[in-house]
Amino acid sequence: MRPPAPASVPEPTPGPDPTPTLASDPTPPPVVELRDVIKSYAGDVHALRGVSLTVRAGELLAIVGPSGSGKSTVLNVIGTLDAPTAGTVRVAGYDVSRMSDAQLSALRARHIGFVFQHFHLAAGRDALDNVADGLLYGGVPRKERRDRARAALERVRLGHRVGHRPAELSGGEKQRVAIARALVGEPDLVLADEPTGALDTASGEVVMDLLRELNAAGTTVCVITHDHEIAGSLPRRVRFRDGVIAADSRTREGKPV
Amino acid sequence: MRAATRSTRSRLRPARLAPRDVLGLGAVGLRARRARVVLSALGIAIGIATMVAVVGLSQSSKADLMARLDRLGTNLLTVEAGEDPLGGGLKLPKSAVAMVERIGPVQHATATGSVDARIRRSDVVPQERTAGVTAQAARTDLLAALNARVAEGTWLDGAGERLPVTVLGSVAARRLGVTEPGEKIMMDDRYVVVIGVLAPVELVPTLDRVALIGFPAAQKYFRFDGRPSMVFERSPDAAVEDVRAVLARTVSPGAEGSVKVSRPSDALAAKAATDKGLTTLMLGLGAVALLVGGVGVANTMVVSVLERRQEIGLRRAIGATRNAVRLQFLTESLLLSALGGATGAALGAAATFGFALVQGWTAVVPPWSVAAGFGATLLIGVLAGLYPAARAARLHPTVALNAT
Repeated sequence: MRPPAPASVPEPTPGPDPTPTLASDPTPPPVVELRDVIKSYAGDVHALRGVSLTVRAGELLAIVGPSGSGKSTVLNVIGTLDAPTAGTVRVAGYDVSRMSDAQLSALRARHIGFVFQHFHLAAGRDALDNVADGLLYGGVPRKERRDRARAALERVRLGHRVGHRPAELSGGEKQRVAIARALVGEPDLVLADEPTGALDTASGEVVMDLLRELNAAGTTVCVITHDHEIAGSLPRRVRFRDGVIAADSRTREGKPV
Repeated sequence: MRAATRSTRSRLRPARLAPRDVLGLGAVGLRARRARVVLSALGIAIGIATMVAVVGLSQSSKADLMARLDRLGTNLLTVEAGEDPLGGGLKLPKSAVAMVERIGPVQHATATGSVDARIRRSDVVPQERTAGVTAQAARTDLLAALNARVAEGTWLDGAGERLPVTVLGSVAARRLGVTEPGEKIMMDDRYVVVIGVLAPVELVPTLDRVALIGFPAAQKYFRFDGRPSMVFERSPDAAVEDVRAVLARTVSPGAEGSVKVSRPSDALAAKAATDKGLTTLMLGLGAVALLVGGVGVANTMVVSVLERRQEIGLRRAIGATRNAVRLQFLTESLLLSALGGATGAALGAAATFGFALVQGWTAVVPPWSVAAGFGATLLIGVLAGLYPAARAARLHPTVALNAT
């Protein structure tokens, strides 16, 4: 669609008030815009040293890099779980820096879905309840939450495991429940932090297939991964090193350029 | 396309949780750790049970007393002859009863008189050992005036009051070892037949310790002078104080200072008041137990927050505001202590019913005591939950998520 943009060059479109996209405009609107984002901690620790990144609607990208390269931090910043020390962050069209904690919570509830390496499912509750919780803070009535949770579980092909508790599910199934929880709110953006890190290869492939399906249905998906094979199979790869983007490469039609 | 138009849209606002969802959230943590929940609720339960039971028991005993007073009547006045300066018993004029009867509102007047006769079980018992039972002459209308009744045998009637027969008070009968009417006891050197035994006289317990014989018989056989030592009088409730004011003067004109007028029901009522100190002490103990229970709940909640940092992190990630997290843990704390409170109130009420049953009382569990106890637990639940909930809400999402 578009030639890969060098990481250091600022993206052209985003501004304080982006103009509504016209139907004739082939460029999808940005879902994530990071501009010169710096994140440092006390004691001169710099996790991000000026990161600019634009992710457009419908993209599926891998964030790769060695441990400590800043890729987890950038995911937390994109997910509004962590605030940058400097720079601007826009997610789903909202300028995150100007929002209160409560507004950020609402943003996460409605526009962002998370998938974690260790699933983070509630042990004592069945798959349906775990998935329905994904809608709890979005103000969806209980009945509708459960109906949509059931549909989401069908979507990750766990319709037969609705009443199972996490302890009764395999690792791959747990991660599929977690994906169902992330997608049940129909977010604009799904952030997956090493979603296959705790899974065997076969389960990992199922999980990646689901994320691809999700992306094919229109959701923007960012995946942090250590796995080069997985990263290579995704259309866009952003490589972090020492808190900056070292490479940002795209594949056309699923093949390396 | 949706994303681009959103910047022009109104600001995001977090959704409010429905009350049912808040309760559900509060119960999540409780369901997962049942043993701990039971133990920490127990502390609260003990405190509340103590307080409800203490109030219930004191109210039950009071209600029982009131019922007894109601049954016995509070309109009985007694006039007792005082003692002379040498400590000897004085007597009232012979005409005392007749004069009391002449007081307008008086409905009923009767008397007893001390008889100087030693009472023994039989002639083998030395005269000095009287078993603490004294002889009293009684008018035949005494029983009716006191609302007393005969437990066994009969009361003195027109014929009986002239014969050497006696009716024993309940304690007197026990002390003398008289088990049934028909047995004989000795009065001075004369055998008298026991024709009846009284049930305990609640208003005038001194009558439990006497052997009663008729006025004429006492005069005939035991050198009794016929002067009463105690006059009993009943009048309508409204007139009691008026009668009381003139009673001493009527009975013993010119020497009203030497007679003692009293209202026996006052003594019973005073008994209710003496229990108050103990009730207060027990309530204090209950409050301490409740406080300790509250500390237990707070402790449980702090531990719960520490253990569930990952859950808190996840909830923040899926959109829980700080307030929602705070509310969740406050609700949990509240549910925990409410659980203890409800159990405690039930236990306290059960204890009250059980004890009242044993005592033969009607159990009274005042609703206000249950409500106050439950209210106290809710307050404790909030106080105990405030700090842990604030800690939970303060947790940074990423720190919480990565907690181990």
